[in-house]
Amino acid sequence: MAYSFTINDRQVTAEEGDMPLLWFLREEMDLVGTKFGCGIGSCGACTVLIDGEPTRSCVMPVEAVDGAAVTTIEGLAKNGELHPVQQAWIEEDVPQCGYCQTGQIMATIGLLKYTPDPSETEVREQLNNFCRCGTYARLMKGVKRAAELTKAAGEAGEKA
Amino acid sequence: MTLALDRRSLLRVSAYAGGMMLTVGGAAARAAQGDAAAAAQDLGLYVQIRPDNTILIRTATTEIGQGTLTSVPMLIAEELDADWSRVETEMMTPQLKSTDTGGMPEGVFAQGAGGSRAIMTSWTPARKVGAIARAMLVAEAAARWKVKPDTLETESGWVVDAARDRRIAYGELAAGAAVRALPDGEIALKDPADFRIVGQPQKQKNTLAIVTGKPMFGIDHKMEGMLHAVVLRPPQVGAQVASVDDSAAKAMKGVHSVVRLPDQTPGQVWGYDPIGAGVAVVATSHWAALKARDALAVEWTDPPTAENSADMVAEAEAKLAGGEGLKVQEVGDVDAAFANAAKVVKARYQAPLVAHATLEPQNTIAHVTAEKATIITPSQQPGSCARTVAAITGLPLEKIDVTMTRSGGGFGRRLATDQVAEAVYIAKAVDRPVKLLWTRECDMRTDFYRNGGVHLMEAALDADNRVIGWKHGVASHSINYRRSEDQSIEALSSREVPTEDAPGVLVPNRRYDFMPIYSAVARGWWRAPRANIFGWAEQAFVDELAEAAGEDPLAFRLKLLEGEGSYGDGRDQYTLARLSGVLRHVGEKAAWKGPEAGGGKARGIAGHFSFGSYVAHVVDVTVTEGGAFSVDRVVSAIDCGVAVNPNGIAMQNEGSINDALSTARELEITLTNGAVDQTNFDSYQVMRMIGAATRIETHIVPSTEAPSGMGEPALPPFAPALTNALYAATGKRIRQLPIGTQLA
Repeated sequence: MAYSFTINDRQVTAEEGDMPLLWFLREEMDLVGTKFGCGIGSCGACTVLIDGEPTRSCVMPVEAVDGAAVTTIEGLAKNGELHPVQQAWIEEDVPQCGYCQTGQIMATIGLLKYTPDPSETEVREQLNNFCRCGTYARLMKGVKRAAELTKAAGEAGEKA
Repeated sequence: MTLALDRRSLLRVSAYAGGMMLTVGGAAARAAQGDAAAAAQDLGLYVQIRPDNTILIRTATTEIGQGTLTSVPMLIAEELDADWSRVETEMMTPQLKSTDTGGMPEGVFAQGAGGSRAIMTSWTPARKVGAIARAMLVAEAAARWKVKPDTLETESGWVVDAARDRRIAYGELAAGAAVRALPDGEIALKDPADFRIVGQPQKQKNTLAIVTGKPMFGIDHKMEGMLHAVVLRPPQVGAQVASVDDSAAKAMKGVHSVVRLPDQTPGQVWGYDPIGAGVAVVATSHWAALKARDALAVEWTDPPTAENSADMVAEAEAKLAGGEGLKVQEVGDVDAAFANAAKVVKARYQAPLVAHATLEPQNTIAHVTAEKATIITPSQQPGSCARTVAAITGLPLEKIDVTMTRSGGGFGRRLATDQVAEAVYIAKAVDRPVKLLWTRECDMRTDFYRNGGVHLMEAALDADNRVIGWKHGVASHSINYRRSEDQSIEALSSREVPTEDAPGVLVPNRRYDFMPIYSAVARGWWRAPRANIFGWAEQAFVDELAEAAGEDPLAFRLKLLEGEGSYGDGRDQYTLARLSGVLRHVGEKAAWKGPEAGGGKARGIAGHFSFGSYVAHVVDVTVTEGGAFSVDRVVSAIDCGVAVNPNGIAMQNEGSINDALSTARELEITLTNGAVDQTNFDSYQVMRMIGAATRIETHIVPSTEAPSGMGEPALPPFAPALTNALYAATGKRIRQLPIGTQLA
């Protein structure tokens, strides 16, 4: 049977239900911003949003996202405007090798959804993707800056 | 080492795409034949000044997260007086065709990444390239305005005629400059006091591409008609394939073929990088290949050793302690020094094997035909990749194309070319382009591990607490294992024993011994090789000496390092003045008043030189009940000569600290019955945000010395500063890594 869902607002159909979403994105959809790191849902490099919730796509079979809305790193920028978390990552110069950072950004979007103004302790406890380069000092700054930018964007949106 | 850039033979200027292109090495040779387009696309370029005033600078160094895709172009842009905001940077195509050896011409630019050498080796030649490009633009402007070149100045992408209040943009001059002859004579380089790009904190180029998920890593690439390969490995190190039943696997959907990899004897392929035994499944997708791999029925031979790592270490240590080791060096009268000592301090330090665990697993795309080989791979050494391919295929180097990509972490793992060799064997067998991607389990169990070992240390102190005797016995998994035909104990001891390190080298009576740990696991270069263990053992032991002497850890270190001497291995030389300088600097910046232990809190200090740079850290910790600890703050002092990109230096310091913290706290590779026990990130738990150091202050010691790299040197002094702090907080000396539950 076929499974249909959206990726970055585009309707797609998948045939192989047991294929992890990660490989469907990378090999069938050519969306390679979502990374492979471990294959067991541990490192977080493959984090995407499924119906707005950060999810490890390497252990999420395609059949489980039937009917869902998937957002990948490629779908964050709207009309040429970067997402506030992407913008924060540039401002704080977070990445080194950069391999984990798309997953970190997706995870941060999820973190800020429920904890819009996180304390350092909350960031420590909730940001659970690892960075092999050890960019944690900048990740901490990036999350804080992203919270500010998200809040500012929300206020601007309310005024508009 | 010659750094002179011979402009006549190596540098070419060409008109290209309406602008000007400066090329070096093989690209210059192609450009000299009049084929500028081929030079640009096929062989790479250094500087391209475009009519729209943007400038593209390509670097020879591989970007693995160390920031050279920003710092090296800064050197060129500085002398070029470019507008940095309009500079784009890329990695250069490997210059494999330019020389017989597959590398860049001697003394120009090393291609690849290793040993923290990019800035050191680029410092003079990169600036010369920029200065030459600038001189040509000035010459073109002077010709147009009919004035003398020396009446003109440059400023951020413009040639300026201040006297007549006029200016002209580089992009407008580029096409004209491109057909001029190269300038004669010596080109003057700027006085560092006039730098306006170098020395300023610059953000990393290419971050936009990273945060928008653009394809840039090896794993992101593809080739037309490409198949996907995964490999099944034996559970035990050194086992070979006994039999394969692939009938079930081959019957599965999407499976193209099953390829038995050759049993390799190290040394057969370039660089003595043994490839693991295995059976590859080739399919139309990675997922199909993975599923079919599970359907393989493979029997493996018994391995030559079915070792337990702890036994291997214990055996070597017993021999070393029993006097069976190799005496590497003895200076002075060690026995007399110890006989006359007022105090003797003895300690045993042990560090484990650790994995590189690059987050992007090893991968390579290969297409091999009778005529040529095309390789795309995240590598730290494209030249070694090409030589590996040549060794397997018999193709000449000029028929081998290697595309170097950004790497998802390197840490030394990508100096090896085993995954390239494996991809080439598979590609040859299936006669199609193949993307080989290792699973995490495959990557974790097929590494060139950081060698571990035991350090037996003894020091003799006289009545004035001067160190008069020093003994350091090392039992280690030698990094030289299988790297040459000579596997004698003398060959294995090479650079395994830190005879050049302070303070040992300063002690008048000293002795170093060595005993190899005869394990079957492959070993390789892991961020700050050797220093990552020596630095810990030595700087932790020095803390024990300070305590025995009843002196402050910083004051004791400064006393040990008094003097003007210079030491080192010839490649990396250090002076006592600069080493004590970073300790003094960090002491001031951290307001060091001793370990300040109390209430579970304390501080530790350590300083070490490696790979050209000097780093000292003061680490503040809190230890809570149950033995958990946090790193609350790190203050660092760095002397890496001229600070080319202070922001990049801070980033490398921050990353090195967290890499060292992660490794010291939790990480080790162990073997049971010949099998590596750790398979994925559930059993090899790389640190996450919850354990990380996030308050890090990087202080750079002002210097006019030539710059040195920062990819590695901040790592070695962190672990000792940490364990020294933990001792101050708890009274428990951590003499074995990882720390694990030792404080519980």
